[in-house]
Amino acid sequence: MPEQLLFAMEVILNGLMAGVLYALVALGFVLIFKASGVFNYAQGVLALFAALTLVGIMEGQVPFSHLINAIFGTDLHHFGWEIPAIAAILLTMVVMVALAYLVNHYIMRHLVNQDPIILFMATIGLAYFLEGFGDLMWGSDIKNLDVGLPQGLNGFIDETTFNAFGYGFFIDNLDIVASVVAALLVVALVIFAQYTKQGRAMRAVADDHQAALSVGISLNFIWVMVWSVAGFVALVAGIMWGSKSGVQFSLSLIALKALPVLMLGGFTSIPGAIVGGLIVGVGEKLFEFAIGPMVGGATENWFAYVLALVVLVFRPQGLFGDKIIERV
Amino acid sequence: MMDAQPAEGFVTADGRKIGGVVMEMKNITLRFGGVVAIKDISFDIREGEIRAIIGPNGAGKSSMLNVISGFYVPQEGEVIYKGQKRPPMKPYEVARQGIARTFQNIALFEGMTVLDNVMTGRLNYMNTGLLSQAMWWGKSQREEIENREVAEKIIDFLEIQNIRKTPVARLPYGLKKRVELARALAAQPSILLLDEPMAGMNVEEKEDMSRFILDVNDEFGTTIALIEHDMGVVMDLSDRVVVMDYGRKIGDGTPDEVRNNQEVIDAYLGVAHD
Repeated sequence: MPEQLLFAMEVILNGLMAGVLYALVALGFVLIFKASGVFNYAQGVLALFAALTLVGIMEGQVPFSHLINAIFGTDLHHFGWEIPAIAAILLTMVVMVALAYLVNHYIMRHLVNQDPIILFMATIGLAYFLEGFGDLMWGSDIKNLDVGLPQGLNGFIDETTFNAFGYGFFIDNLDIVASVVAALLVVALVIFAQYTKQGRAMRAVADDHQAALSVGISLNFIWVMVWSVAGFVALVAGIMWGSKSGVQFSLSLIALKALPVLMLGGFTSIPGAIVGGLIVGVGEKLFEFAIGPMVGGATENWFAYVLALVVLVFRPQGLFGDKIIERV
Repeated sequence: MMDAQPAEGFVTADGRKIGGVVMEMKNITLRFGGVVAIKDISFDIREGEIRAIIGPNGAGKSSMLNVISGFYVPQEGEVIYKGQKRPPMKPYEVARQGIARTFQNIALFEGMTVLDNVMTGRLNYMNTGLLSQAMWWGKSQREEIENREVAEKIIDFLEIQNIRKTPVARLPYGLKKRVELARALAAQPSILLLDEPMAGMNVEEKEDMSRFILDVNDEFGTTIALIEHDMGVVMDLSDRVVVMDYGRKIGDGTPDEVRNNQEVIDAYLGVAHD
């Protein structure tokens, strides 16, 4: 096989893996959107916050240490213990559920029956609050996250492809783990939304608050549940991205990459988020590989947005989204 | 006039069983700031009857329905349900107690199919755990199938089988009203509240809806309380009628009694001021 083709194949594979990570973030958006009709601007920050909390707990960091030190003149930084990754992940999940409860208690439940745009504005406020709160709680330096996921070159794939084609593919172990996790997550979420009582109630709440109340659905319960699930998805995304590129503020900006993914896949479709993520991942890698050199590179920064724009022109509801029907 | 009926229940001329009082509203007063929407109103609803609340626009009928279904909490008065005083409750708690309702301007889950909409009416009958539902384990499977059967029966009864899998957003107005009725019925409620079930319908649709309301009451023995401002339709449907005007009760009794009540006639036709 010609080297160029092999190289392109490797690029596609890597694109798929990157796409999975985009899809993970996009999933959080879709979930909240389906459940409450709200575009949750805070999803990216939620992932950052989850990752920060996880690192903080694992390293035994004292929360709000800067604040405490400044007020009381102490010099606290660490408790001096380390917590194993599994326990820390569970503890972080507890924090995320508590956060979900607070979000509902102080924000969502006061906004019953309001327009989606009002709820959207509320999530923007939440995003900025959480960003600052995360900094205050855990500090703003870049941290390493290592929960023991395998990283680096996958030897088996490298060897097999080298023996078969005479060219070893470079695939990161972490990306493989991310793909498997994302696949499991999607299956679990689809089953949850489509086939369980709570899932049905969740879709009902998204559609009409009044009607949901009239069939006996507790809005508070559903919202806490939805935000907990979103927190869980954010935690998974935070772990994957954090392991890959460190836990830092830019983690919350990956949320922006989820936007073109959502426009491609459609805001209301879980499979759409996955396919959209894969298309963006492969598309931008392949574009950079094929066209990048001709235009001076760095196409990855804008390719996804242009792609989304093109899709918007032809299919405003995205590839998989519900068609918007308005009776006049 | 309304105490002419025996307390323990009786059988109507057309052979339907009317039982004892299932809900009693006692001296209900509801205010919005300085506006009095309902002023010291009392009436009761008996098991198995069709009870109408009528009155001109702005009489406070919808407010009354919202009090019964828990969407509004009255400042004064008591709601006695199945012999017990009901504490202030959230609407979803009222729904779980067996009071289902429809809305004047239709509140359906537009993105979901007709079947899914009707199935939401069964949510409170499903008790198995999240995990076992997701895994489709024995008990959950049985539960889903049983509830599905109830839903399908109601869908058949209201003659909407052919649109079972259609997303509600695509349906015309009259059918949406019927789907909403189906969803409320699916909860097998003790009391079914209908908020202007005939509003915005043409004559043919009104006749259909009237027939369904009568059939539902006849077939399932469902207690129905409905609101209408179109007097004609209501008189043919209901066993007893409450008439409201400007938040007060001005009449209560059988359709014939109400029809001959001078105050009701004045409210509907206007009074000559001379």
